[in-house]
Amino acid sequence: MIRAALISLMLVLAWPAAGEEVVAGLSQNQISITTNFDGSEILIFGAVRREEPVPEGAPLEVIITVAGPSEPIVVRRKEKRFGIWVNVDAVEVDRAPSFYAVATSSDWPQVIRDVEDLRHKVSISRAIRSVGAPQTVADAPTFTNALIRIRKGSGLYQTNIGAVDLAQETLFNTRVTLPANLTEGDYAVRFLLTRGGQVISTHNTAIFVQKVGLERWLFNLAHDQPLIYGLMSLAIAIAAGWAASAFFRYLRG
Amino acid sequence: MQIYLPIAEVSVNAFLLLGLGGMVGILSGMFGVGGGFLMTPLLFFIGIPPAVAVATEANQIVASSFSGVLAHLRRKSVDLRMGAVLLVGGLIGAALGVQVFNMLKAVGQVDLLVKLCYVLFLGVIGSLMFVESLNAIRKTRSGVVPKRKKHNWVHNLPIKMKFRTSGLYISVIPPVLVGVAVGILAAIMGVGGGFIMVPAMIYLLGMPTKVVVGTSLFQIIFVTGFTTMLHATTNFTVDVVLAVLLLVGGVVGAQIGTQIGTKLKAEQLRILLALMVLLVCGKLAFDLLVQPNELFSLGGAGGHS
Repeated sequence: MIRAALISLMLVLAWPAAGEEVVAGLSQNQISITTNFDGSEILIFGAVRREEPVPEGAPLEVIITVAGPSEPIVVRRKEKRFGIWVNVDAVEVDRAPSFYAVATSSDWPQVIRDVEDLRHKVSISRAIRSVGAPQTVADAPTFTNALIRIRKGSGLYQTNIGAVDLAQETLFNTRVTLPANLTEGDYAVRFLLTRGGQVISTHNTAIFVQKVGLERWLFNLAHDQPLIYGLMSLAIAIAAGWAASAFFRYLRG
Repeated sequence: MQIYLPIAEVSVNAFLLLGLGGMVGILSGMFGVGGGFLMTPLLFFIGIPPAVAVATEANQIVASSFSGVLAHLRRKSVDLRMGAVLLVGGLIGAALGVQVFNMLKAVGQVDLLVKLCYVLFLGVIGSLMFVESLNAIRKTRSGVVPKRKKHNWVHNLPIKMKFRTSGLYISVIPPVLVGVAVGILAAIMGVGGGFIMVPAMIYLLGMPTKVVVGTSLFQIIFVTGFTTMLHATTNFTVDVVLAVLLLVGGVVGAQIGTQIGTKLKAEQLRILLALMVLLVCGKLAFDLLVQPNELFSLGGAGGHS
């Protein structure tokens, strides 16, 4: 009992002097992938709750990140060998989120210091974990950069500087566009409050992305009953081939 | 109209896929090729993951070939007996080809080998066909009746069989060997093999061009059907929604293609096929020789890009 009381006392004392924390909301915390799914825009909003007046000093900044499920990925580079372009070097990136968006309330150096970025893995390049490139590859970072460049090009990775609207250091909101080629899974949403580049509070929530209806049914069938699924695919193909043939014969009388 | 594909996990324009399917279907009906060697790169281009594109393409070819074969059957331009013999060889070849493919995969650089295979075969076959059909056209213009070689070493082999539709009385050994060779190549290159099978039937077996198209489609149905089942049960990469979108266009295109095919002369048909084969060959060679815009590519761990 006494020990528990002590621990809770220590927790209270350890609380930052300027006790500011996030109360957050999402316009939707569940995204259903239906057959006509064509991307989605979610509104992320919230407020900063504090017991005391707004502290003096550096202004409050807000960073919001949305991260899709992580998976290992292989990045390959082509080189010219014997006059033709072939894949030569490959680097496996251990964990790369399938989707990653980071939105800030001000310019990057203002909202977070490098040390804090490293600790909390906020920027895109920090969110990707790459260790152990093969010895033969001297310039491993160019591979990670290529990964970021390719995924940024398809809208899967986004850095939205100044996209968080912050009103009176209390109310904030931003919009995140989720592309059409979204994969299933839990998308982690993080809120970081910073002052003078130091993270003073974090808050986590999640968006659940999942296939529904026909999409769900087909996906499950393909994985649980592959034989039936394969036969079904063939049956559809044969039936369609026959139907077109019959239809054209009918057209010609 | 955007449609989200459950297995590929991307959203694509439905009309674009219908159009692509239709275009490739026309070629399929005209020339007796499955069209996989054209469609698969196009699917990569619109952002379908390669593994899904290859597997789904096989399923779509089943549909357009079946549609085409029915049209040819009504014209009695399918040599079922020859098709069956080729198929036996083809299945043996495919089984061997899968072994070869796995061996190459262990060594690495299988992608490169596949591409070089394509360039080499397409280049040689395309050029030979182009020259031959050009000569044939010139001869018919000048009024010389083309004479068919009646006897060569092929006709002296044992186990002879009558192929009535093709008007041939030859040993089954050459067709089986052609089937095996095409089966191996098809398995390595991941296609139905129609564009190799068609020239092989015309030039090696001496079958009439009109019969070749239907017969090639007939055996492609089985090869690609087998491939579809293999992909569906081992890799789970057949996307039935994508397949349906492609095959709706494909089956209609195949019917139209067959119509066009009957209106053309055999030499014209061959020269068009030769041009198409050379075009694809040129595109592949171009990709290998010219520096790509993006040197880097992304791939799943363990898989090949």
